[in-house]
Amino acid sequence: MSVIATPPEPVQVIKRRRDAALAALVSSVPYIAFLGITFARCGNELTFTLPYDDSHIGNPAGPALHGGVTAGFLEASAIVELAWSQLWFEVEEGRVTPAALAEGFLPRLPETIDMTVDYLRSGLPRDAYARARIVRSGRRYASVRVEAWQDDRDRPFAQATGHFLMPASDPAPAPDPAPAADRG
Amino acid sequence: MDRREQTAREFLDSLPYARALGMTLVHIAPAEAGLTMPHDPRLIGDPLSGAIHGGAIAALMDTCAGLAVVSHPLCAGSTATLDLRIDRMRGSRPGRAIRARAQCHRVTRSVAFVRAEAFDGDDEAEGAEPIASATGAFTFNRAEG
Repeated sequence: MSVIATPPEPVQVIKRRRDAALAALVSSVPYIAFLGITFARCGNELTFTLPYDDSHIGNPAGPALHGGVTAGFLEASAIVELAWSQLWFEVEEGRVTPAALAEGFLPRLPETIDMTVDYLRSGLPRDAYARARIVRSGRRYASVRVEAWQDDRDRPFAQATGHFLMPASDPAPAPDPAPAADRG
Repeated sequence: MDRREQTAREFLDSLPYARALGMTLVHIAPAEAGLTMPHDPRLIGDPLSGAIHGGAIAALMDTCAGLAVVSHPLCAGSTATLDLRIDRMRGSRPGRAIRARAQCHRVTRSVAFVRAEAFDGDDEAEGAEPIASATGAFTFNRAEG
């Protein structure tokens, strides 16, 4: 009796699948593009970048970033982090296929219940970075902490804690209640 | 247009991000402000429901709150947000403009405390259900005398 080992997936295939999943998630949200937020992925860890733009200024005398830009950056980072943590398993376990992603798959996003932003120092007119950490993730509610910095990782200029309502997960494809004739 | 309104409009127009989101002044009074922001598909946060992203609503409420602080009779100069907590009651309905109102209800020598609410629509109906409410602390320079 011989044992046939499954060869490991080529790294390019894994990377392509994961990057496609993240791109599909991010490109589905217009406000992320409006702010110009980009993402770097190391395994399942994400670092978010908010590239500086003149329109992001909220206090021309500083000049300093608008508090709403910072709040939006932190909130978008928290939501993508949460959505990504769900999507990761769905993609890795084959419940969401690369084909579905290519066809304009729209992930169901967590909804913000509340968000508290601390402005620790004024946001400088340059790129900002953020990382989010899921403090608790239950079936229904999740709590996320986000920290944003600019030049010095050890001197955050803003941090936030938010609570989110998780979208109901669909563990198995539900039987379609609509009669086949209605589906065109 | 009275002097207070003119000052508030100039303040708003001087903020690039307020201009980027199309914010306009609809109300200004001592320690109070009201702003509106037109519907813009680029600001959508949930493509399935069409709701505006919380960050855009936060920007509107933060600006409105800051305006309420600088319109306080004891305020001498500008302000900056120290913290802002936003409770999200529901997503905004698709295609709606977002409106916010804020009141600076307490000031100390160096801190102003503000409450704000946001609504999805231009209607001023009393009893309209807010989409979000916020409380914030802002830096404050108290005018002497």
